[in-house]
Amino acid sequence: MANNVVVQVRGLRVVRGGAVVLPDLTLEVRAGGVTGLLGPSGSGKSTLIRSIVGVQVVDSGTVQVLGRPAGDARLRTRVGYVTQSPSVYADLTVRENLAYFAAVLGAPRSHVDRVMHEVALESQARVLVGRLSGGQRSRVSLAAALLGSPELLVLDEPTVGLDPVLRRDLWDQFHRLAARGVGVLVSSHVMDEASRCDRLLLLREGRLLADDEPAALLARTGGRDVEHAFLRLCDETEVAA
Amino acid sequence: MSTRVTLATAGRVLRQLRHDHRTLALLLAVPSLLLTLLWWIFDERSPQVFDGVGAVLVCLFPFLVMFLVTSIATLRERSSGTLERLFTMPMGKADLLLGYAIGFGLVALLQAGIAVTVAVWPLGLDLAGSPWLLLVIAVADALLGVALGLFVSAFARTEFQAVQFMPVVVLPQFLLGGFLLPREQMPRLLELLSDVLPLSYAIDAARLVTATPDLTAQLGRDLGVVFGVAIALLGLGAATLRRRTP
Ligand SMILES: Nc1ncnc2c1ncn2[C@@H]1O[C@H](COP(=O)(O)OP(=O)(O)O)[C@@H](O)[C@H]1O
Ligand SMILES: [Mg+2]
Repeated sequence: MANNVVVQVRGLRVVRGGAVVLPDLTLEVRAGGVTGLLGPSGSGKSTLIRSIVGVQVVDSGTVQVLGRPAGDARLRTRVGYVTQSPSVYADLTVRENLAYFAAVLGAPRSHVDRVMHEVALESQARVLVGRLSGGQRSRVSLAAALLGSPELLVLDEPTVGLDPVLRRDLWDQFHRLAARGVGVLVSSHVMDEASRCDRLLLLREGRLLADDEPAALLARTGGRDVEHAFLRLCDETEVAA
Repeated sequence: MSTRVTLATAGRVLRQLRHDHRTLALLLAVPSLLLTLLWWIFDERSPQVFDGVGAVLVCLFPFLVMFLVTSIATLRERSSGTLERLFTMPMGKADLLLGYAIGFGLVALLQAGIAVTVAVWPLGLDLAGSPWLLLVIAVADALLGVALGLFVSAFARTEFQAVQFMPVVVLPQFLLGGFLLPREQMPRLLELLSDVLPLSYAIDAARLVTATPDLTAQLGRDLGVVFGVAIALLGLGAATLRRRTP
């Protein structure tokens, strides 16, 4: 795509369990950097992400992904998705899990070793996922999304609860992918992770508070860090309302 | 639909079972142990009872067990998020359902093979028809169980609920299917009801193999109904699977 927009959301409205979760959301995600989707728990991050990968029933609005409607069959090998809680089979080994997902994607078997290396799980290849720690399990789940050659990666809180060293390595990995032109959208409720992003989408109660670069956001709000910027923006919207 | 994805799914289902030694042992051994128990109960006083119901039981175990295993396995697939992930991948609904049917169908073949062998050889089950026919009926019943389990799991939110569907969906079919009293001797209303329950045809087929040596047209019809309903239920199961959820 010429203007490298990988996700385009227009007027998205989602109702879940009778409550309006996303009232009217419009935003864009571009390739060429890591976009952070930040907001407190319950702000609608997972709902937005599910809409982008095409598994969420939406009420109205449009979501275009890589130039096609979200959920289009032709997107299914082009978008890598990591669910918030690890979605892997506890009663299979790490390698068996990844080999299965590789077969479904039609990705070469060699990718299984590659992604195990990328999430530092080679030594656990033959261990049942059910015997792994929570952090290791989410790495298996992340590894599955790296199989094949996705043009867009959509990761729902992939680094929660991980060891800081591994977390840094994974963020480096996200930036390497982004540098290669892969669109990377990462959600987090930890505001500290904002500093690792090239662009930020701040979400609160289903509304977009900001869509900016971290430095510009801090300059604009005069906040010390993204947490303060978030609070300032909340106050501003409350005064305006 | 993709053969690659269907076979990968069947292989994955089998691999999951292989890691669960206890479930696998229960699946393969319990039908034969129960048959042996039944044989032992009647052996001294009235061995004709075992000959009368042995074939029917050989066919019912795979149905029952596959119903339970499938409904819980699919429910887990929904609750663990793997179903959501698979639906963002090039996974067709038919690939998933057929993958399950092939995987569990192979387990059922093994399970029924052991049960038929044990019933016919050490326990001396007196069959007028061929034991191979009994095996075919048992596998058809197992597929019916897989299909019903897949379908019912759409209506259960928890594994606890899924297990509770067994007495609701399976036991009435068992009671009305002519296992306790031949269907034509039941009150007319119940007989009509039993006519629309698929398990009745499975039990009829097993009775035919018990009583007659030939491949009758009626046996063909019964088997056709069981396979036909299994395929129709798989289709309905596909309709209950949704890529998008609320
Ligand atoms: N399956 C569901 N059914 C009904 N409401 C839901 C469901 N999942 C989430 N919600 C509600 O939607 C809102 C946003 O949730 P979510 O998108 O998971 O937020 P986040 O990922 O930012 O924590 C919350 O109020 C939550 O209670
Ligand atoms: Mg979430």
